[in-house]
Amino acid sequence: MKHDKIERTPSLMVALIIVAISFGTLVELVPLAFSKSTTTPIEGLEPYSALELEGRDIYIREGCHTCHSQMIRPLRAETERYGHYSVAGEFVYDRPFLWGSKRTGPDLARVGARYSDEWHRAHLYNPRDVIPESNMPAFPWLFEDTIDAKTTPVKLATLRKLGVPYTDADIAGAEAAVKDVREIDALIAYLQQLGTLIQARR
Amino acid sequence: MTDFWSGWIILLTSAQLIAALWILLGNRKKPEAEIKTTGHKYDGLEELDTPLPTWWVYMFVSTIVWSVGYLLLYPGMGNYQGLLGWTSTGQYDVRVAKAEDQYRAMRDRYLAMPIEDIAFEPKVRKMGRRLFGNNCAQCHGSDAYGAHGFPNLADDDWLYGGTPEAIKATLIHGRQAAMPAWQTILGDSGIKETTQYVLSLNARDADARDAAKGAQHFQTYCIACHGPEGKGNQLMGAPNLTNGIWLYGGTADQIAHTLRNGRNGKMPAFSETLTEDKIHILTAWVYGLNRSSSQATTAANF
Repeated sequence: MKHDKIERTPSLMVALIIVAISFGTLVELVPLAFSKSTTTPIEGLEPYSALELEGRDIYIREGCHTCHSQMIRPLRAETERYGHYSVAGEFVYDRPFLWGSKRTGPDLARVGARYSDEWHRAHLYNPRDVIPESNMPAFPWLFEDTIDAKTTPVKLATLRKLGVPYTDADIAGAEAAVKDVREIDALIAYLQQLGTLIQARR
Repeated sequence: MTDFWSGWIILLTSAQLIAALWILLGNRKKPEAEIKTTGHKYDGLEELDTPLPTWWVYMFVSTIVWSVGYLLLYPGMGNYQGLLGWTSTGQYDVRVAKAEDQYRAMRDRYLAMPIEDIAFEPKVRKMGRRLFGNNCAQCHGSDAYGAHGFPNLADDDWLYGGTPEAIKATLIHGRQAAMPAWQTILGDSGIKETTQYVLSLNARDADARDAAKGAQHFQTYCIACHGPEGKGNQLMGAPNLTNGIWLYGGTADQIAHTLRNGRNGKMPAFSETLTEDKIHILTAWVYGLNRSSSQATTAANF
């Protein structure tokens, strides 16, 4: 009996399972990695500056992406609230992308320029100071800690290897650009540029 | 998508469907009279080796039939667009257009009417409340009472004016406050003295000698924006310093902090975000907030 043989040979079963479940990846993901529509940056898209990149790393470190998505779906209810739906070309320099899948807080794909820097400072220091009903954690340490500028050029160089078009000047100037900068300022610089390239009145 | 990847998708998808069908039907056992066992036996329990139930097999087959229909109608096979011509953005555009048809006429009607006339319309208050909740409440609070650094919109005190025109201009263009930092000019003692003078403007306990010196600083540096009596100037967004309303706190320490470091409060512009008709309705809603003197209209605000 065939299934008997498969079930009694774990290595064969593992191999067949991998074949069976790889179809979805091969069909839905692999072609997109080579598709122009997903790998061409939208007009005006620039790689993150050293400061924004460090802010993005703080965003990841503090786990912002676990409660905030960065992906506005083409649904009217979402575009009314957040703005134009997200398009693939906005994320080509995101490694990894931070689309997220869960919204405990609102989507942040187009939060850039929506609030003042001062609001972000107040809100990140203690969200309840501006939104009494908020359940977001406070991040007061961002106001004291400064960025470890030594690693910044390495991050840029690594991203360049992955295809992000940083120039030599970008990498050379990266350390100076973020030296002694407070984490809060880097995070706000990152937040304030999110999704600003596509504007639509709603 | 290039032809290669389109073909890749079509090939793999078809192969997968056919393989699934083959595994299911090609290996199906006919029901037999004798029920066999797999030979596994644990604690007296035997594992039977009966074929899959027929109804289960047909249910599985029906999912494959479904997928064929789906792949014909919808875009799934590479570059093939599907018989329905469906796209996610196309569906989105249809839904947006439908909603526009539904609400546009009503909003246009209000857009043609003066703010004063529609500020207390129940529909305007309802729509304005929703727009405010989505776009303004993050700073001004869901009750519009503001927060530290973000003005209360439900009182009668206005930084840039409370006329319909002024409110609308604030919404469209945003506002950028520009109170300079005075530490280098006034120095520690100057800051202290001016603070005492500002306190005295509100008839609060203040050191008389410091306040007198502070008055001189005030007349030199502050009157340009705040006016000779400290009543403010809405053209510049300079607050009235005599009415006991403090955007950044009214303790001596907080006032001194403002003097030392300046304040640059910013209201974002909404001209690029919201359409004209929605800005009009929001203006009316905010305008109606602090004019709802009767209880009835207060209740209608929320």
